[in-house]
Amino acid sequence: MLICLLTLATPLRAEGRLNVVASFSILGDFVRNVGGDRVNVTTLVGPNADVHVYTPPPQDAKRIADAKLVVVNGLGLEGWLPRLVESAGGKATIVVASNGMAPLKRGSDADPHAWQSVADAKVYVANIRDALSGADPADAEAFRANAAHYLAELDALDAEVKAAVAKIPSERRKVISTHDAFGYFAQDYGIQFIAPLGVSTETEPSARDLADIIGRIKKEKIPAVFLENMTDDRLIGRIAAETGAKIGGTLFSDALTDEKGDAPTYIAMVRHNIRALTSALER
Amino acid sequence: MIYDTLIAPFSEFEFMRRALAAVIALSLGGAPIGVFLMLRRMSLVGDAMAHAILPGAAIGFLLSGLNLFAMTAGGLIAGFAVAILAGVVARSTGLKEDASLATFYLASLALGVTIVSLKGTNIDLLHVLFGNILAMDDRTLLLVAINATITLVVLAVIYRPLVVESVDPLFLRTVSRAGGPAHLVFLALIVINLVSGFQALGTLLAVGLMILPAGIARFWSRDITGMICIAVASAAVSGYAGLVLSFQTRVPSGPAVILVAAALYIASVLFGGVGGLVRQMFPGRHLEA
Repeated sequence: MLICLLTLATPLRAEGRLNVVASFSILGDFVRNVGGDRVNVTTLVGPNADVHVYTPPPQDAKRIADAKLVVVNGLGLEGWLPRLVESAGGKATIVVASNGMAPLKRGSDADPHAWQSVADAKVYVANIRDALSGADPADAEAFRANAAHYLAELDALDAEVKAAVAKIPSERRKVISTHDAFGYFAQDYGIQFIAPLGVSTETEPSARDLADIIGRIKKEKIPAVFLENMTDDRLIGRIAAETGAKIGGTLFSDALTDEKGDAPTYIAMVRHNIRALTSALER
Repeated sequence: MIYDTLIAPFSEFEFMRRALAAVIALSLGGAPIGVFLMLRRMSLVGDAMAHAILPGAAIGFLLSGLNLFAMTAGGLIAGFAVAILAGVVARSTGLKEDASLATFYLASLALGVTIVSLKGTNIDLLHVLFGNILAMDDRTLLLVAINATITLVVLAVIYRPLVVESVDPLFLRTVSRAGGPAHLVFLALIVINLVSGFQALGTLLAVGLMILPAGIARFWSRDITGMICIAVASAAVSGYAGLVLSFQTRVPSGPAVILVAAALYIASVLFGGVGGLVRQMFPGRHLEA
């Protein structure tokens, strides 16, 4: 059996590391953590870029053609990807990282931002582990060990977030954020997020939408508003000025930052977000 | 009831008052520019210039990241460069204004797209740079107001050569050399007003608030002064009514303002006192002495 596996794996080993393409930076970070130095990870939508409205350049097709696995979020996030994989003509297997978790519904569509819940991120990691092991059985042992280590880190992170939220008085656990990406976070950790834009970053709010939000902040005494790393921050600034709510720091939702930023990895991103939330919401 | 619909949104919410102040300032600056654009058969120039501004914004973004000031300054420089180069080429060669502008703005747009993709990020630059009428902070409001002031003062200075050149360029060329400089200054004013409009309203609204009121005014007045007054008034009215519409119906504010202006335009085409369709079909009795 072992010999059989080894012989199967030989051609792969000869080629070197396993080529994996991840659709955006957060998935790329997961793959990197599970794959370690045995995989080559490329992300299509890089740091700080918006995965919702991405238009892929030709290099992406080449990257996909070279890849063995393409890891995507699924739940309708990467609408542009299936056509790209098809036109790239590669033999890559598509791995849907969100497989097997229960999606939140928003209207008739699923909310794609499941990674904002650390518990769901663990499902992502498990799916990536299985996919990597399937594609490269020789390294399966290493992938399992890496994944176990990383999952333990995520468990600790989950506990850390819950402890931090517990310190916020329960009537202050609500914020305004420009991007409606924190549905899963809200569900798991009990902080309410109210967004002036719709589920996507593309829609423009009407005067009435803005008036509703301002009215709601005043009525419910929402203590803080949060900017996000990609949409127009003047809109949020206006809301804050008009209601006296505090402007919190940046919350990262769809993209990691580059190495020098505040959120170069998924764990750093979640830590950054929870720190920003607690410092704005604690009395 | 009427108070609730028409006035309460503005008395209750500061962002509505700021939005109203911004559209009025933009009307004061942009509508007269639109009238001259129309008279000089350059109505589509606004759109072209909007595209020409992209590479400047992109360079500003490359140099200093998402810094509104750098991106605006870059946009201004690129817009000026294209406007002035196109103006110089049109004045000194046989190429017509529209053709020379088209070549420059297309080249500029291509350059802008290239620069943006070199950087490898895909934040929509125009979206980031060019905001939302509901999000007027102090700086943006001030910028819009300063631009409107500059525009009105400069227009007053170059008004005579500009008017003469719009209606009879050959005559102006025989009596004065002010035509060329006035034309270039006018192109610069277009750029200023576009950048200021973008800051406040996004590409769609900025150009729309320039051109549509001019189209409306054309159906109500024969002389330029009258046209400018009507254009400014109809732009301001569209801005106000559009904001109310957006407040009452959840239509996004930018498109709402332009839709109101478009409705006014259609009404003017039909019922306008000067060359409106209904007027043409049923001409009044000729006045007899």
